[in-house]
Amino acid sequence: MRILIACWIVLLLTPTVFAQELTVGSKRFTESYILGEIIQQTAEATQGTTAVHKQGLGNTGIVFAALKGGSIDVYPEYVGTLDKEILKNKAPADIATLNRQLAPMGLGVAVPLGFNNTYALAMPEEKAEALGIRTFSDLAKHPELKIALSQEFLGRADGWPGLQKAYRLPFSTPRGIDHGLSYEAIAQGQIDITDIYTTDAKIDRYKLRVLTDDRKFFPSYEAVLLYRLDLPQRLPKTWAALQKLEGKISEKRMIAMNAEAELEGKSFATIAAGFLNKEVNAPTTADPQQSFLTKLFGDDFWKLTTEHISLVFISLGFGVLVGVPLGIWAARVPRATQPILSIVGVIQTIPSLALLAFLIPLFQIGTPSALVALFLYALLPIVRNTYTGLSDIPSSLKESALALGLPSVARLRLIELPLAARTILAGIKTSAVINVGTATIAAFIGAGGYGERIASGLALNDNATLLAGAIPAAVLALLVQFGFDVLDRWLIPAGLQTQSPSLES
Amino acid sequence: MICVENVSKTYGKQTALASTTLVFQAGATTVLIGPSGCGKSTLLRIIVGLIRPDRGRVLLGAQALTADNAEVMRHGLGYVIQDGGLFPHLTAEENVTLLARFLKRSSEAINQRVTALSDLVQLSRTALSRYPKDLSGGQRQRVGLMRALMLDPAILLFDEPLGALDPITRSELQTQLKNIFTDLKKTVVLVTHDMGEAAYFGDEIVLLREGRIVQQGSLADLLERPVEPYVTDFIRAQRSPLPSFEEPVL
Repeated sequence: MRILIACWIVLLLTPTVFAQELTVGSKRFTESYILGEIIQQTAEATQGTTAVHKQGLGNTGIVFAALKGGSIDVYPEYVGTLDKEILKNKAPADIATLNRQLAPMGLGVAVPLGFNNTYALAMPEEKAEALGIRTFSDLAKHPELKIALSQEFLGRADGWPGLQKAYRLPFSTPRGIDHGLSYEAIAQGQIDITDIYTTDAKIDRYKLRVLTDDRKFFPSYEAVLLYRLDLPQRLPKTWAALQKLEGKISEKRMIAMNAEAELEGKSFATIAAGFLNKEVNAPTTADPQQSFLTKLFGDDFWKLTTEHISLVFISLGFGVLVGVPLGIWAARVPRATQPILSIVGVIQTIPSLALLAFLIPLFQIGTPSALVALFLYALLPIVRNTYTGLSDIPSSLKESALALGLPSVARLRLIELPLAARTILAGIKTSAVINVGTATIAAFIGAGGYGERIASGLALNDNATLLAGAIPAAVLALLVQFGFDVLDRWLIPAGLQTQSPSLES
Repeated sequence: MICVENVSKTYGKQTALASTTLVFQAGATTVLIGPSGCGKSTLLRIIVGLIRPDRGRVLLGAQALTADNAEVMRHGLGYVIQDGGLFPHLTAEENVTLLARFLKRSSEAINQRVTALSDLVQLSRTALSRYPKDLSGGQRQRVGLMRALMLDPAILLFDEPLGALDPITRSELQTQLKNIFTDLKKTVVLVTHDMGEAAYFGDEIVLLREGRIVQQGSLADLLERPVEPYVTDFIRAQRSPLPSFEEPVL
């Protein structure tokens, strides 16, 4: 078993240790996935280059940290995001200025791809017509409209806070909504206004009116390549090939490619191949039900299952190795009790994406960061149950052990831990089940698992893919629960089992 | 021999045991008796080292009990509490042999000792293979006694050992215990609140009240030469209120 786990760890760490020649990153939305795929395939087409695409790593902060940390070499970015969000410039800067600011970090920006994907606000065409709303300024007269914005747009300086000030918009803090879900919400009339990207595929399909930014609040969001400065020297041929992408993708072309992904269900690889005039061999969507089953047991099923199980159980293993001693410490040293329980309690309250963003600079993107995050989340139930299990042992039994003349360590090993075993095991079970669910976030930082399907399902608004990730995760959670129940029967001493063979007295 | 010298213990403002000096004679049975909260259990637990006294010291034989030597000193003590204090995750036999196995005694010696002890306390082999929850109260108490006797300690300490038993089992065990004490000639300290039990077991009886020794002596001393009216009151209170009922021992 130990050897098996060791093999798993080695297998998981291999891609980060022996980095491929070119590693491409992308953010967690359709367009970024497609552009990442185009970059990867362009590089692959160059002689002697292998390229890996780490899909949908997360939001800007996570992908940028990955680039800075050297986990990826290049990813598609937008000038406006770079300008305002990453470099926090007060006034818009040109590409030369940006490059001067990025150089000290070992990064550069180049190859404008040819389209501008800026932010905009959109609302249903009919409603806009009825209320006579065409521009952002018109919105100021309609505080009754329901507005919901993507979390990223709500938080970033060039998003809602700046926009609200610039147009004096009367809305109080809007609700946050995942960008993948906002079109559905608008179609069902749950909300009236949301933020969109001007190259979104669904603008036409959902009959939305894109409102005009009449005061030119949003800067240019020209798509460019953000890369590590060592890339052109390290892979000159590949870099030359990537430079040829300059100006090749028009806004119209980008909307069309986004629509191919989100409305026609084509894979990102297929779309990128189509763009690069390569042979298209992946089929498009057929019968939706068959496609769900195909997706569920697709080629990646075992890979994702192995990744998911490894994430859960390796982090759980470390959780046990650290959590049980911490729980013992908390139970034995009264002064340590509150500090230990409070700290592991606080860790539990940190939102998963925030924790990941914090861990990436320390452990890079990918499996190590995900393992550390899952390990931290696994601690609370294990520590708390170990503490409770040990504290709840009747004092008469603790004293009996003491009065026998057993040393401290022997009392713990022979008496207290066996008596607390059931409670401790229940804590480990809770951590394992929670970890199965939490491990789906690992996909956002490229650590794989069923979350990959959930992330791309969300990005594509494709329920079949989403369910093909969510259902196996739920089944795995049930299996883990069942497995621990069996383990309980097997490990807990017969004298502590509630049912035992009845004996005549 | 056990010597308790100027030992006292307080909890906040509550005096559990005022400065107390006592000698427990080797080979004799001394009973500590008194109402709830009189300090009799506190005194016993100080001798075992479960409670550290605020002042004074305890000598077991020639050696003073300290925090450092408590573990080893306890190997020379057998301690039995109400209901046996057995570990529920171990069988009766595992409970009995736990310490001997931990101290790496040979399995041959352990088996011999278990056989001898099960004969002594009259416990069957089948009962030894059971878990505590599958034993009767009397059986649990016999296992507790076996566990205390396992390393053949010179001193046996009992804290209300028969308190949780039904009257028939209780009287059966009383007789057995008395015989064992007589045969083994151990130094025995027994805590009880039952005057009948004290009279039956005690070569010496120590009556405590509110953390102080009221009187120490034989049953005859307490009955015939009470140092204060409380002694007589305490003994009387334990007789049946029925005038015609005769206490078998007193």
